[in-house]
Amino acid sequence: MPSVPRQRTARVPVLGRELRPDGPSPGSTRALRARLLAAALVLVSLALITVYFRESSGGALHDAQRIGISILRPFEVAGERVSRPFRDAWGWTSDLLDAKGENAKLQRQVESLREQLIQNQTAARENEELRRLLQYRDGPRFPDDYTGVVTRVIARSPSPFNQEVVIAAGSNDGITRYDPVVTEEGLVGLVTDVAPSAARVTLLTDQQSAVSAVVLQSGATGIVRHGPSQSTLVLDRVDKDKLVNVGDTVITSGWRIGDLASVFPYNIPIGTVTAVGQNDVDLYKRIQVTPLVQFDSLGPLIVLVKKAGAGRR
Amino acid sequence: MSLADVLKAAVAVFAAAVVELGLLSYVEVADAHPELTLVFVVAVGLLRGPALGAAAGFWAGLVLDTASLETLGLTSLLLTLAGYWCGRFGEATTRSSANPVLVAVALTTVGFGLGSALLHFMLGETMPVSDFVVGVLLPSLALDLLVAYPVYRLARRLFPPAEKERRTEVTVLA
Repeated sequence: MPSVPRQRTARVPVLGRELRPDGPSPGSTRALRARLLAAALVLVSLALITVYFRESSGGALHDAQRIGISILRPFEVAGERVSRPFRDAWGWTSDLLDAKGENAKLQRQVESLREQLIQNQTAARENEELRRLLQYRDGPRFPDDYTGVVTRVIARSPSPFNQEVVIAAGSNDGITRYDPVVTEEGLVGLVTDVAPSAARVTLLTDQQSAVSAVVLQSGATGIVRHGPSQSTLVLDRVDKDKLVNVGDTVITSGWRIGDLASVFPYNIPIGTVTAVGQNDVDLYKRIQVTPLVQFDSLGPLIVLVKKAGAGRR
Repeated sequence: MSLADVLKAAVAVFAAAVVELGLLSYVEVADAHPELTLVFVVAVGLLRGPALGAAAGFWAGLVLDTASLETLGLTSLLLTLAGYWCGRFGEATTRSSANPVLVAVALTTVGFGLGSALLHFMLGETMPVSDFVVGVLLPSLALDLLVAYPVYRLARRLFPPAEKERRTEVTVLA
């Protein structure tokens, strides 16, 4: 074979046989290692999913996750605070665009938002929100037998399949699983997982959520569930002979049978009836409800914590 | 895969996850938001190969699942596969494709979306196909492509391309 100067391309005529290196090249070894690493990580992921699903909520992985979110919480809170002005600016812009075709009431809201932005009074608005919540918590509409823990959303579920948020309060604040979450406007959802300093709230619009409800004006009862879109709900299981009109208010029914009681107390507003229909085939009325709470822009929230000795759930 | 690369990738992926959860999760188009962590894992895979891509994906998934109290391991599985695939894709096509970053981000976003839908379907969480495609997949694709180049440029500064290895071209004449 003729010698080829270094740093030059070699074109080697080979007749009748394949070119095979003497041993594995560094490239193929690297590729094999990468393949093995990826396979190992995939197996670890599958094992995590399996164990996570099979164990109870007090299992080792759940505990590890709670410790993990306790470690991550300062970063999330910092990220939330840093991003708040951007989100406020984004929210203001969105509201302004929406308000262009609206009536004078929305124009006043836009002016109000503009003033707030010009004066950079994010803190003032936050105080106002908290004050409203406190008025609600100390007012007659607040359910008996409960105390309120005021908190804030620090993260939203990245998955479009779950309508969930993470709040900045947990078992250290007295929050337990299945505590209801509200705003002064109405029902938000239910605490479904608790860490020492954070908790996951499954929103009313999640497909796993269901609430016993009653129509305030007629007394018709049913179950509120997620609707066809993520901004609407449906009131299901309402008999056809019950009278329900557009504009009626839907509230929680808060039932109790012996020691067993609904996790949601009575008389928390849920939404307003926006459409009612029925046909001969369906067993029940078709009732669409628009929630009172704006789920895409949740501000401060109140977690309803049962008072000690107020009765079992 | 040097130790420095691993540490840089771990810190950068962690920061990307915090930004995604704290800031970008509020930037919604339909039901989708920019998946900064996914795009960053794609960039790491393209720049540093399948091993670091897979490791970065696994770590990113763990952080995301922990921070949002989601099923542990679910996002890790998908991002591990995404990082590994992007590493292989980068090795195979970087020199011949006109826009390897955009192609990789587009394919990975679609694959991640479909994989996520499949896993959630297996776990009993469903969504109408039309809602998924129109409300999640297509907006995600657009948003991820929008952030692809800025994120790739940032990742390229963190992981500058190694000096090209000398290659020997062998032509078989037969």
